[in-house]
Amino acid sequence: MSVDKGIFRGRQRQQDTFDFHSGEQSPTPWKSEEQIDRYVPTHCCYCGVQCGMYLKVAQGKVVGVEPRADFPLNHGMLCPKGTTAYQTVNHPDRLTYPLMRRNGKESPLERASWDEVLDTIAGRFRAIQGKYGKDAVAIYSGSSMTNEKCYLMGKFARVALGTRHTDYNGRLCMSSATGANERSLGIDRAANPISDMLHADCIFVIGANVGECFPIVTSYLWQARDRGCKLIVADPRQTPIARTADIFLPLRSGTDSALLNGMLHVIIKEGLIDEDFIGERTVGWEETKAMVEQYPPERVAKVCGLRPEAIIEAARMFGRANAALIYQARGLEHQSKGVDNGVTAINLALATGNFGRPGAGYGTLTGQGNGQGGREVGQKASQLPGCRDIEDAEDRAYICSVWGINEKNLPHAGYPATLMIPAMLRQEIRACFMICSNPMVSLPDQHTVEQALRGLDLFVVTDFFLSETAELADIVLPGSVWAEDEGTITSLEGRVIKYNKAVDPPGEARVDWKIVCDLARRLGKGEYFNFHSAREIFDELRLCTRGAKSDYWGITYEKIEEQNGVFWPCPGEDHPGTPRLYEERFGFPDGKARFHPIVYIPPAEEPDEEYPLVLTTGRVIYHYLSGNQTRRVPFLKEQAPYPWVEMHEQTAARSGIQDGDWVTVRTRRGEMTAPALVVRSIRPDTLFIPYHYGHTQAVNQLTNPVLEPMMKIPEYKVCAAAVVRAPQKPEWAKDVDEAALIEAGRRRHELPIAHAQPNPTLR
Amino acid sequence: MADLVKRIFLDPSRCIGCRSCVAACRECDTHKGASMIYIDYLERHNSVASSPTLCMHCEDPLAPCAQVCPAQAILVSPDGVVQSADETRCIYCENCGYACPFGVPKFNVSGHYMQKCNLCYDRTSQGKGPMCATVCPTQAIFYGTYEEWVAAGRAKQGAKPVNTFFFGQQRVQTRNYVIMREQDEELDLMALVEEANLGWRAGLPAATANQYADAWVDAETAGIPQREAPPQPWTPRQPLEPAPVQR
Repeated sequence: MSVDKGIFRGRQRQQDTFDFHSGEQSPTPWKSEEQIDRYVPTHCCYCGVQCGMYLKVAQGKVVGVEPRADFPLNHGMLCPKGTTAYQTVNHPDRLTYPLMRRNGKESPLERASWDEVLDTIAGRFRAIQGKYGKDAVAIYSGSSMTNEKCYLMGKFARVALGTRHTDYNGRLCMSSATGANERSLGIDRAANPISDMLHADCIFVIGANVGECFPIVTSYLWQARDRGCKLIVADPRQTPIARTADIFLPLRSGTDSALLNGMLHVIIKEGLIDEDFIGERTVGWEETKAMVEQYPPERVAKVCGLRPEAIIEAARMFGRANAALIYQARGLEHQSKGVDNGVTAINLALATGNFGRPGAGYGTLTGQGNGQGGREVGQKASQLPGCRDIEDAEDRAYICSVWGINEKNLPHAGYPATLMIPAMLRQEIRACFMICSNPMVSLPDQHTVEQALRGLDLFVVTDFFLSETAELADIVLPGSVWAEDEGTITSLEGRVIKYNKAVDPPGEARVDWKIVCDLARRLGKGEYFNFHSAREIFDELRLCTRGAKSDYWGITYEKIEEQNGVFWPCPGEDHPGTPRLYEERFGFPDGKARFHPIVYIPPAEEPDEEYPLVLTTGRVIYHYLSGNQTRRVPFLKEQAPYPWVEMHEQTAARSGIQDGDWVTVRTRRGEMTAPALVVRSIRPDTLFIPYHYGHTQAVNQLTNPVLEPMMKIPEYKVCAAAVVRAPQKPEWAKDVDEAALIEAGRRRHELPIAHAQPNPTLR
Repeated sequence: MADLVKRIFLDPSRCIGCRSCVAACRECDTHKGASMIYIDYLERHNSVASSPTLCMHCEDPLAPCAQVCPAQAILVSPDGVVQSADETRCIYCENCGYACPFGVPKFNVSGHYMQKCNLCYDRTSQGKGPMCATVCPTQAIFYGTYEEWVAAGRAKQGAKPVNTFFFGQQRVQTRNYVIMREQDEELDLMALVEEANLGWRAGLPAATANQYADAWVDAETAGIPQREAPPQPWTPRQPLEPAPVQR
């Protein structure tokens, strides 16, 4: 006998929504009944790992994801962001028509037609440039989009607008690594493919929360350890990979270069350097050797807040390995000495001869989807496509010949993204065209940023969701997501892969490159932007990079498909690509790598009486960059709905704070209030707040906007802060449905014990 | 003889708590929107350690949940997979919840029936891997035969799969395995619960330099060379080169 469960329920089907899970939970088991028309092979839209995936398309809509086992990097693996990425495509928050403020800054954003907004933009850009000069208009671009679009933005700035000010959000992300690579190695790319981890005997990860920010790379770490590879992790917090590391160095934020110098000191003292390699393949060793002589581990340990024995042990472990890898990420790059930090890490790899062999090398784990490609294709302030130098006469002449313009009309270097803000405040920049960026979450010192953006005569933002930044814009153009266009992406390995188009943009939204080309036509430069497909843009990009450092000439859409991605440089049609760099020579004319002696520079702001703690920021696994996409995906939002303040129980005890209390964190720039997470997995002198949130939840209201001298990256990772118990909930939490959160927590099924019991105090 | 049964091998030491498996489980076509996996932070206060729990598909005794079901709603297919409750038979008595050694069954309150992991039967019966194991970024959830698990290089560092559990006197043997150390033959869960003491072991050394934080000194006191570079908000420490044209 069967019981008809219809007695208990009215049968109901899920509404046709973007997320089949967000609606009322259906009492009927939801069985997928739609016929899947196509499985579109593509890649994830988020971080630099660029995992392969299939998008399921039914009736012209993206309805799901299917793991793609044939992509050699992830073999089907996906993180929670990748698993839910498809939900952004049909999202109800998508912008489906242009928006414009018709009557000044105070008026609301109203619906407008494409012709109206594009003509307005073109007209006002011309007027502003006529009155204040060409450089009064700036392009602020991004790196989470295809090479084709990134390339087009650089060309649009230089050719259509003729402005020198074009830069991108990679300035905030991996520019330090670029600086270090260019100073020491000569080529701005990770030296090894990720699969080289499987050949390493020791992997040293410093300032990289691999488990949360590059989850798929973790599987390579674990596979390496299955083989007996040693793992050293340096991070102020116990990250998921630090938990089981052979050596965990919980160093103080901002002291990375001291630690690395100290390790090199030990390696020299113990005779673990590779003299042959240093002699044959490098220059500048003696100066560096003399410099690190002054960094004995006993003294370095005091500055880093570590045990000297741990530093010595780590240096021995690293130095004795036959093949060792160093991976770094934003932890040491987001500092006012980020380039120096990268150089000290490279010094360590060079001194031990760890380059150009399987399992031996150095790499930065690039955070943005196209962080690698975005920094090569000429949207940067001082760069032309192919990592060419905008001040180099030969490079200028070549690019002008490809573009068919007069060299005199090609602007010179302009402001990097972080210096555009003061230039806006000075009214040197009066209008800005922004795409693929959300500085109202991502730039430090938010109050100053807001003032600068609000002061613009014309502020245009292209995005597919109304981001915190788009809210301030005069004109918002609805763009496309990754599934609505094709194009290439260069992953953190330097592997060029391709997104395939699954569906068309919704409503009146347009593919980004078509918007830019249309605007160029209205600016009277249509002849230079006569593109009919992404492939045509890519072909021009290939030609631009021919013979340059990042050579894409031999990479075609067909070849990417055949080989599952092609590593640049790939100088010819029959060239297979270059997975591992520096096997024979480094990227300088003499083929030798450079040592640079690095003196330790303390963080710009050290703790004092008033601000006794170190505040550091970072990502959580559920969100990507400014969270404009991931905060709209219900599953991810539920896991990490708002920021929190991670602090040690000793710190909490001193301030009378208990787990879950609302606490206010203050710095010299501002303050914010969030709940405390009291744990023992963070240094007692350190606070951590995730940065993915906007408005009054943004930790970047607090961070220090001091810049690195070479690359102008801000110091997100260190500033002095104070924490107190907040008298009440912050304004933003007034609407927080706590019952729903408790329910969400229950669904997540975390063991309640950590919350229910008072924190044991250590004395 | 080679073991041809594809099993799940759970390795908590590899888990990073990312909940990819939870997100992917919701994508399974047989129970879209509801996840059958649990990820727990074990002692978030002390560590970021986390662990996945999913249906172990008990072999001996065979599926206690099915044995206690008065409505015979839980079926075991011939290949040993314990299926989710047949929603038309389930009478929502929650017996299976009490019988399950691992606390796996979930109860759909509004629908009045039980749901649990069916090893992605729509996928695994067609030769594909289950969603959770396919996406797991660290392969803390591995799907395959024992030989495949060994071939993946997973047995090298003294890892040993264990599928025998003791709950006091009661022995349970499961289809799926948990990865333990070489010396472990079985898991006595009651003993472990007592030992773990529910997060009360305050004396454990913390991972993060507790005792060195107060000893921190600046570079000058420590006696290492440093370079001064005073902070200048929103301006670089050196002038921009080449300087843009001033108008």
